[in-house]
Amino acid sequence: MFGYEFYVDPSRCIGCQSCINACAECETHRGTPMIHVDFLDRTNTTATVPFVCMHCEDPTCAKVCPADAIKKTEDGVVQSSLKPRCIACSNCVLACPFGIPKMMTELEQMMKCDMCYDRTSEGKRPMCATVCPSQALAYVPREQIERSRREKATNVFFFGKQKVTTKVFMMIPPSDHAVSVDVVDYMWEEKP
Amino acid sequence: MKLFRRASKEPLWKDEFCINRADEQYVNRRQFTKFLVLTSLGMFAGNIWILMRSCFSKTPVYPEKNICRAKDVPVGGVWLFRYPTEKDACILIRPDEETYVAYSQKCTHLSCAVYYAPAKNRLECPCHEGYFSIKTGDVLQGPPPRPLPRVVLERRGDDLVAVRMEIQKEG
Repeated sequence: MFGYEFYVDPSRCIGCQSCINACAECETHRGTPMIHVDFLDRTNTTATVPFVCMHCEDPTCAKVCPADAIKKTEDGVVQSSLKPRCIACSNCVLACPFGIPKMMTELEQMMKCDMCYDRTSEGKRPMCATVCPSQALAYVPREQIERSRREKATNVFFFGKQKVTTKVFMMIPPSDHAVSVDVVDYMWEEKP
Repeated sequence: MKLFRRASKEPLWKDEFCINRADEQYVNRRQFTKFLVLTSLGMFAGNIWILMRSCFSKTPVYPEKNICRAKDVPVGGVWLFRYPTEKDACILIRPDEETYVAYSQKCTHLSCAVYYAPAKNRLECPCHEGYFSIKTGDVLQGPPPRPLPRVVLERRGDDLVAVRMEIQKEG
């Protein structure tokens, strides 16, 4: 499916958890969803946001892996850890700026979203994008997203001074250019 | 190392453990065949070299050296000396009245100094408990692969003279 890209739009997410169940149906990791649906601020709002792996161009998880277990394929998809190599050290879990990798303690292996590689490499859409009723997760050509959405797609994120470019796009307000996150703003401590 | 590496600014370990699957380098069949052929040729040339060397090797010439007077060594006693050069330690033993034997003192295993054990009447290497026979220098037990080189002695009047070394073959 040449030209198809993955778009995540948090403002469209209704928290139905269809993507979680669709992901858990996959043959390669049956029963364990690889997608995160997080509540943003549970005490004040019901808003949720789905998070698939953003597939960074320069993947931090793979760079910190001491066992050389995380590989990026030619089409830019960062794969889940290789079972024979993963030593379950959780370096990737701590390093990922998006909080994507999950440590499967019972398997002693890290597992994460690989954009349904068995499906997307054969020209099918990822499971979560096929079931999302509000298309908060969309796997469509770029022209279609530009035509049908008011929001702008970006794949540039700033974590403090670190710039992260990803394969997956995030829909942001049209006035913005990139997603900028300063971790200090989200800490629990009260500011003086 | 540069000959075998493509030009890259990255350190070698990043090249070898690269993140991108497309950049992974595998040894292909042609490289492997080249490696096999070249190493086989190297082995063959090495063997030829060893063969030539053994064909043209000369038998070494040993000097004669006066060791000591026969009566200096008591029965059951030893006399340490150097033969054929000053760097080669040897040991002369007199196990009984009329017998004098001398061996190199270097154990054939890892070159520890062997000593005479009169109680068992044998030469013992303390490092790994290799024992040698007094009569022939053969290995009685332990890790040494070869018998001790023997110093051939000659009695000239009252003196004991070392004539040559006798390197004994295995077994």
